[in-house]
Parts: sequence; C-alpha cells; structure tokens
Amino acid sequence: MQALTNRAQQVERKPMSLLERAYLPAIFRGMAITFGHMFKKRPTINYPEVTRPFSPVFRGLHILNRDEEGRENCTACGLCAVACPAEAITMEAAERSAGEEKLYREEKYAAKYEINMLRCIFCGLCEEACPKDAIYLSETFAPANFQRKGFIYGKDDLLIPHPITEPEAHAKAKGGRVSLK
Amino acid sequence: MLLSIGLPLIIEKFVLIVIVVMSSLVIAMYATFAERKVAAIMQDRRGPNRAGPFGLLQPLADGLKLFFKEEIIPTLSSKLLFILGPCLAMLTAMMTGAVIPWGDKVHFFGRDISLQIADVNIGILYVFGVVSLGVYGIMIGSWASNNKFSLMGGLRAASQIISYELAMGIALIALLMTTGTLSLKEIVQQQQEHWYSWNIIKQPLGFLIFLICAFAECNRTPFDLPEAENELIGGYHTEYSSMKLGFYLFAEYINMFLSSSVMVSLFFGGYDIPFINDASLAENIGINWVALIHTAVFLFKAACFLFLFMWVRWTIPRFRYDQLMNLGWKVLIPLALINMLATGAFILLQQNNWHF
Repeated sequence: MQALTNRAQQVERKPMSLLERAYLPAIFRGMAITFGHMFKKRPTINYPEVTRPFSPVFRGLHILNRDEEGRENCTACGLCAVACPAEAITMEAAERSAGEEKLYREEKYAAKYEINMLRCIFCGLCEEACPKDAIYLSETFAPANFQRKGFIYGKDDLLIPHPITEPEAHAKAKGGRVSLK
Repeated sequence: MLLSIGLPLIIEKFVLIVIVVMSSLVIAMYATFAERKVAAIMQDRRGPNRAGPFGLLQPLADGLKLFFKEEIIPTLSSKLLFILGPCLAMLTAMMTGAVIPWGDKVHFFGRDISLQIADVNIGILYVFGVVSLGVYGIMIGSWASNNKFSLMGGLRAASQIISYELAMGIALIALLMTTGTLSLKEIVQQQQEHWYSWNIIKQPLGFLIFLICAFAECNRTPFDLPEAENELIGGYHTEYSSMKLGFYLFAEYINMFLSSSVMVSLFFGGYDIPFINDASLAENIGINWVALIHTAVFLFKAACFLFLFMWVRWTIPRFRYDQLMNLGWKVLIPLALINMLATGAFILLQQNNWHF
C-alpha cells in the first residue's frame, strides 16, 4: 500500500526481553520521572493573591471618564452607540440646567447611559469614536452574575470615581491604559 | 504471677491505646492531605492551599464536608450489613496498631512502660489475621449495596487479597526463618545491633515481594482494582455516601500507615536509629528522651513508606485483571517459594558450618 505521508512508522513487535518483562526497571524509570517533576517550576499562579500583568492593549470593562475637576465628559452625542458593532450601547441625552456646572462639563449630558455587557465584544471602537475622551476600556473585566439584567451596566456602574473626593479609587479605576493617550 | 493485671497496667494500656488510635487517625487524616499535595507536586500543580496556612486545615474541611453530606442507604440494600461494612473496615484497620512496637519503653511514675500495646509472641500472625479480616469490610459493604458494580469490586477485592496474601505469607516465612521469632518486638530488637543487621539486608527479595503484596492488600494503585473508578464507578463504595464513604477512604489510609509501620518493623529496624548505639545514647540522655527519638525515627521511616505509596500511585497505571492474577500467582508466589527455599538452604548450610 502506498503511504499517504512519510510520517508512518513501523511499530516494533519484538517479544520483550527478560529484563523488560521484569517491569521493575521500567517502573523505576517512571518513578524517576515523576520524582523529577517535584523539582520543576510550577506554572500555576496563585490567582487572587497574584495576578498576571495585563498587556498594554488589554481592553476590559468600560469606564465613563471625568475631567480633573470631576465633571462628566460625556455629552451623549451617540457616536459610540453608532460605532458599536454589537449595538450594546444605549443612551438618553438631557440638557444641563443651571447649577449643574460642577457635575457636567458641557451643556448636554447623558441622563442614561447603558452598556449591555453580554452584547459587548470589547472591541474598543466606542473608545476610538468618542470625541470627548469620555469612554475608555479599563483593565478589569465584567464579573459573573446570576441574572441577565445584572449585565446591563448603567451609569452608576460605569462612571469613574470622583478624582477629588475619591482620588485612590479614581486612580485604581483609571488604571494604566487611560493615561497612555 | 504471669497474668498480674493491676489497675496501673490497665490505665497505662488504656492511655497507650487512646494515643495510638488518635495518632493513627490524625496521621491518616494528614495522609489524605499529603496524598493530594504529592499528587499535585508530581503533576506540576500546587495542590490544596486555601484552607489555613499551606492548606493545612484541608483535611478538617474534607471531614466536615463528609459529615454534612446526606447519608443515603439504598432501599434494596440489607441495612445492617450496609452499615457494618465501613465499621468493619475501620475496625480492622485500627486493630493492627496493637502489636506494633512504636518505641522501646518510657519510665514514668516509677514504672517501665512499653510503647507497644500488646507484646504478643505471635505478633505477625495477629497482623496477618487482622489484615485478612480487613477484606470482609469491603466484601460485606459491596454485597450489601445490592449493586452489580459494587459486587464486582467486592469480588475483585476478595480474589486479589487471597492471591497476594499467599505470596506475602511465604515471603514472611523466609524472614521468620532468619529471625526465629514471631514477636514484632523481638524482631525489632534483633535489628538494633548494627545498621547492617536490618532485615532488608538479609531479605531483599522477601522485602520486595512483601512490599508489592502490601500495595495489593491496601488496594492502592497499581492494585486498586476493587475501586477502579473508571471501570467500576468506585467499585465497592459506589453506593456509599457521607461519612460511611469517608470511613472506607479513611480505612485505606490507616491501612497504608499501619502496613508502612509493619514494613518498617520487619525490614527497616523499627525504631532503631541508624548508625547510633541506642544503649549508650540512653545512658547519656535518659530513657524517656531516647524513646521520644525512637518514636520520631519510627514515624519518619513510616512517613517515607507513605510517600512511597503515594509516589507509586501517581506513577503507575492500574493493572488489568489478568495481569494482576498473573503477577500474583505466576510471578510472586514462585519467587517467594524460591526465596524461602534459598533462605532455608542457606540457614542449614550455616548451621552445618558450610558443609554439604
């Protein structure tokens, strides 16, 4: 029969020699191998205590950004929702009324901003589309949830902590990725 | 005067029994932990490390889990025997510890207390008797489960233990011919003189056969056909749940520890400290400290054997049933017989001043 590939190997079918039939040398060799594995470096990382470093281009959970004074950047222009290939983003715009200048940077803001994390593919196109530096993909990922509605993240989930009142939480949420730009 | 049993003796033995039973339970508990750790390390994993520092509380968590699980007794099982099975397995596992000399003796309250529960002059026969009873726990439990897989496991256990007990016994006869006694204490004392008076030097083949048979008697891989989880779904303990299952698993580890202890006593000098003259050491630091060191050395040797059990388990795959029987009847028994005959011939020649 013609061989299909040249990788075929003839299997040796010699009867075993007495030494091989005694099995003990083979067993000792096997035990030496398992013993050797005791001194190998283990690839496991103790997860909650130690985490693997993320790559600089990692795209995780979204954050809605604030500026240095803690005002929301988003103007609810809808460009992110248009750019989103998974149609995960919905929002409702509202006009800023007098006295809210400390909360929102511009006259228009997002009264409702929702991302469906089950639809989102974390492509980062919203981040690229945003003209106001308002949305970023951070270095965390969406935690598990028992219900589908738990994966629809509203503004309170997405908004970055206030940079002045909660500077540490803000820095943590911001991570290394946002400051890259 | 031979049987003067006073209250102090009863208290002394009672305390000793409690200590031995408790410590073999604790050792078996941590043997389960060690097994998981050894398995993990040999497979480049980390093993249990969440409960307590280094995962040291893991066995407690496991035990707690087993206690809290629902206890199911199958409707069509015979209930009494179903409960009796794990009890018997546990009982026979614990009973072997009675004749093992854990150390020489300690001196407390003006009494010499031997660190052996019962120095019976037929120690090894007692061990044999109890070990062969151990299979009844498995057989009764498997039969009472009223389950075909369990029954298969029980049958396998019975046939395996009968086959390997023969070779084990014959290997031991050769050892007994060299020692000339059945008492474990005397066998250990004979090995105390030099490091080369350990019986492993005199009976290497006998030790190998005994070791293999001990693996088979403990139902450890490569001889774990009775439970064979991937062909018999757990074998004899398929129907067991909760702590009754726990007892079966636990009995296996106690058996492992105690058969390690028997092997240490028979072949590796028992509590003998290698390269050190124990008698002169006793004069220097006192009997009690020597007894402590003796026990520690004994436990260390037993721990080495426990490690060997685990090491083999995570290296060698299970035998097929016909391979098991071939090894038992066609290899080990003839080897043991040859070993016995050779030992006998050697002893006769020695007694005859090397003349034929």
